[in-house]
Amino acid sequence: MSEDHLYLTLAEGHEDDARWAFGTGFEDPLHGVDTTVPAGVDAAGLAACCLALGDDALVSAQRLAEWTTRAPELEEEVALANIGLDLLGQARLLYARCGQVDGSERGEDAYAYFRDADAFRNVRLAELPNGDFAFSVVRLLVLSAWRLALFERLAGCADPVLAAIAAKGVKELTYHRQYAAEWAVRLGDGTDESHRRMRAALADVYPYVDELLATGPGFGIDTEDVREEVTAVLGQVLDAAGLDLPDVRPLPGSGRDGDRTEHLAPLLAELQSVARAHPEATW
Amino acid sequence: MTTTDSTPAPQGLQEHFDATIARDQRIEPRDWMPDGYRKTLVRQIAQHAHSEIIGMQPEGEWITRAPSLRRKAILFAKVQDEAGHGLYLYSAAETLGVDRADLTEKLIEGRQKYSSIFNYPTLSFADVGVIGWFVDGAAICNQVPLCRSSYGPYARAMVRICKEESFHQRQGYELLLTMMRGTDAQREMVQDAVDRWWWPSLMMFGPPDDASPNSAQSMAWKIKRHSNDELRRRFVDMTVPQAEKLGVTLPDPDLRWNEESGHHDFGTPDWDELMRVIKGDGPLNTERIERRRAAHDEGAWVREAATAHAAKRNKRVQEGTAA
Repeated sequence: MSEDHLYLTLAEGHEDDARWAFGTGFEDPLHGVDTTVPAGVDAAGLAACCLALGDDALVSAQRLAEWTTRAPELEEEVALANIGLDLLGQARLLYARCGQVDGSERGEDAYAYFRDADAFRNVRLAELPNGDFAFSVVRLLVLSAWRLALFERLAGCADPVLAAIAAKGVKELTYHRQYAAEWAVRLGDGTDESHRRMRAALADVYPYVDELLATGPGFGIDTEDVREEVTAVLGQVLDAAGLDLPDVRPLPGSGRDGDRTEHLAPLLAELQSVARAHPEATW
Repeated sequence: MTTTDSTPAPQGLQEHFDATIARDQRIEPRDWMPDGYRKTLVRQIAQHAHSEIIGMQPEGEWITRAPSLRRKAILFAKVQDEAGHGLYLYSAAETLGVDRADLTEKLIEGRQKYSSIFNYPTLSFADVGVIGWFVDGAAICNQVPLCRSSYGPYARAMVRICKEESFHQRQGYELLLTMMRGTDAQREMVQDAVDRWWWPSLMMFGPPDDASPNSAQSMAWKIKRHSNDELRRRFVDMTVPQAEKLGVTLPDPDLRWNEESGHHDFGTPDWDELMRVIKGDGPLNTERIERRRAAHDEGAWVREAATAHAAKRNKRVQEGTAA
């Protein structure tokens, strides 16, 4: 390799500015896609679905970002960031779709940075603090198993844009669920300490699980069918991990209806701090 | 693992090694190499790997606060790349007969170093852009020559790392261009960050040549290809026109073009400050190591569980009862 050539390539001016942020640089993620809402699709229902699934993804990505520099091993740094980046990407696409169909023409950042906690519609499980690695694994397992079941069905929904977002997400979520399941088995089976932590994590996560399974995304998707699939998947993983379902009562209320824990407002205060300090700025 | 005793080289091996270096060919893990060469490489590659991992912290602080989703994705991906670079580099070090867990212990016990630049704080989002522009830029100047380093696994890791660093540098600079087109407050943030990071960035090339004890031998072994001062000058020459285009002032009254030399003249960094930071007395040395130690300690039960599970699984496979 010619060192000087490589060096000059790096040092010279670059006119192809758009390539600087390849993969993360597009201004309009849905550019070139026909964004008309098809006849017969309820625009308000579609917007609500995109917003809720977008909020789940953004809040989850924020929690995963908090693991950065704190993960138990470098491979886990890379994997958790991968999952966080996938979810962040899903949030951006879903917010963009929401802005097109809710009549507001808002961009992705308006949803992420300029709404307060009471306007978010994510499930409460997503906003709980990270806890230890066992808690994060169990939460990821539950959220990804559920979201994968939803996305597999939404990939065939009547809105072509949401269907395309879901189809792309299925591949990502399949990996997320696999990653979480593998760790659940390792930790459930590993040592007394890891087994104990997994039991505690399950007891902390499960009160929030019914909230997920009770709410459908709309589009005629059968909530009972989703519940059955997710329950079966989780049962299979826990069985392989040598763990029992905890005996806990479902927590009443739902994030989808605007019920919040005390943890969302501080999460958003951090996420929105710079953007709100400089509302006139462009980034 | 290769033994590293200090007995004289068996007949012919030293000559073979010297000839390989002289022909500009690569030394590979299974080749015989002098102890000093191996030790120097382990020290340098480990220090480089540690720098990638500690270097995640200053910028990682801003992922949760990035002011747009696009910037959040860019920054998240960049910090993830640094973890990846750390992994390749630890793997390159492992080809020399050391292991990652041991190197990590040495880092958190303060027995191995990392780049002193990461001991400075990130005070605003503009720091993310300036780190990309200066720190990644300086890293590129240091690392591009290492793509031709005489040790094969290190040279190959550096090719991939340099490509990604160059991408990061442009992303950082692009953030600054955008901020400079924004509000007055944003322009002030950028200039303030430039003022704080300029001198520490020049120090990234190490002490001046006449005070750099390990340089001569490393250059003879072709582990290192250019002197600290040469690389520092390259960085200044590269950065000055970029600063002009951006519309910021580099905080050095002695900085000017020298027609005769064809390079920029510039002021002398505060070498006492560099020595203080290297010796542990920088603004955030304690915090950086403490964070790394906490992650490592808090992750111990996870790593133990993974090891225990793997052992149990192997045993079940051997006993024919694999689930």
